Amino acid sequence: MSRLSWPRGPGGPGGREAPPEAGGSVGSSPRASTATTLLRARGLVKVYRADGVTVEALRGVDLELDIGEFVAIMGPSGSGKSTLLHVLGGLEAATSGEIWLRGQRVDGLSTAGWAVLRRRHVGIVFQFFNLLSNMTVADNVELPALLAGATPRQARKRREELLAELGIAGKADMAPARLSGGEQQRVALARALANEPSLLLADEPTGNLDSSNTRDVLRLLRRAHAGGQAILLVTHDARVASLADRVINLFDGMVADDANIVSIPRHATGVADVLELRG
Amino acid sequence: MRQPLLALLAKEPAHGYELKLELEQTFGQAYPSPNIGQIYVTLKRLEQDGLVRSQDVEQATRPNKRVYELTPGGREALRAWADEPSDGPRVRDDFFIKLVLAPRAGLADRMELINRQRRHYLGIMRNLTQLQADSDPADTPGRLLIEGAILHLQADLDWLQRCQEELV
Repeated sequence: MSRLSWPRGPGGPGGREAPPEAGGSVGSSPRASTATTLLRARGLVKVYRADGVTVEALRGVDLELDIGEFVAIMGPSGSGKSTLLHVLGGLEAATSGEIWLRGQRVDGLSTAGWAVLRRRHVGIVFQFFNLLSNMTVADNVELPALLAGATPRQARKRREELLAELGIAGKADMAPARLSGGEQQRVALARALANEPSLLLADEPTGNLDSSNTRDVLRLLRRAHAGGQAILLVTHDARVASLADRVINLFDGMVADDANIVSIPRHATGVADVLELRG
Repeated sequence: MRQPLLALLAKEPAHGYELKLELEQTFGQAYPSPNIGQIYVTLKRLEQDGLVRSQDVEQATRPNKRVYELTPGGREALRAWADEPSDGPRVRDDFFIKLVLAPRAGLADRMELINRQRRHYLGIMRNLTQLQADSDPADTPGRLLIEGAILHLQADLDWLQRCQEELV
């Protein structure tokens, strides 16, 4: 069954209580870990050293993500957003700190250990798609399932379902380079979702797309989330962030804000207000 | 409100309620629904300024309705409006003034102000993206209006981030 059409699980979106509205949540205390916690990070520090110069990209980040939850990470360039995502996906090792995924501590895993973990539990989407250019669209999407031990028949079935849901079934036999940016990103999304990962990590997934392709990717993320997919996504695009249950704002390698998004009623101060002020 | 009413009347004479409906139909659900009282008040002022004139039209089963039409002076005012460039975007300066002054007055912390404002903007953005997803593809002015509001709000958020970088 496809993740895009999964029903909401009990720990899915909507099950969360809004955190108390503190008078400014700067440096707010990390939330307690519970049975519904999917991902937990404690005191993540990442220091880059090159030519005698030291850069602290992450300076003690705590983070929780529940099963089925959609969290966006925002912040200025250089605030550590992408580094955080890479560390959480095991693409870079943290200098110190702990990462727990599905109750298992994973920060000490080897490169190979991370590769195995990602294959089953973590799908990743990048800004520049990172598709394998010498393989067809179909092969790009089937490869992760085959690597994870699926039979060719299972992998093909899953690929056909995903490409159909993402509206690119007709492109299966093409090379990625022949697709538009928006289509390539949809293929990348299909690949990331191929093994029904517990967690989807996305690094600026719309950063290289025009407005109409951005809307398509938004629609797909919205559907995946409604189907119970947990998503942790880095973006500077507020349209993308506004789909999330919660937005974390990073500043100077630290969490400056972490709050649920509460829809502002349109008839109070929403759309009309924005439009009138610009009148 | 004055120019939109003049522009609608340039096409054909109409009464107040027709003008309200036409504004709503043209700009779709994203447009702040015009208040009928405000429309009547504006029409009255336009008449005092000599830009429109009106006459009562009898109706068989209902009270008379007042139908407005453009005067030559109104057409000229409309032409002048159409020929002029419009003002650029206005900065939402209430928040900015608060951001600069409130900490000096010991009233609030800047990071706190920025965080609260960002949450508010994101809440509005969620509403707009939902509205965009639900909007009728055939309603081009309505869709563009929503997209404009989204782009302005994105700019507000970018500016908020610049304020955070420089002031906090």
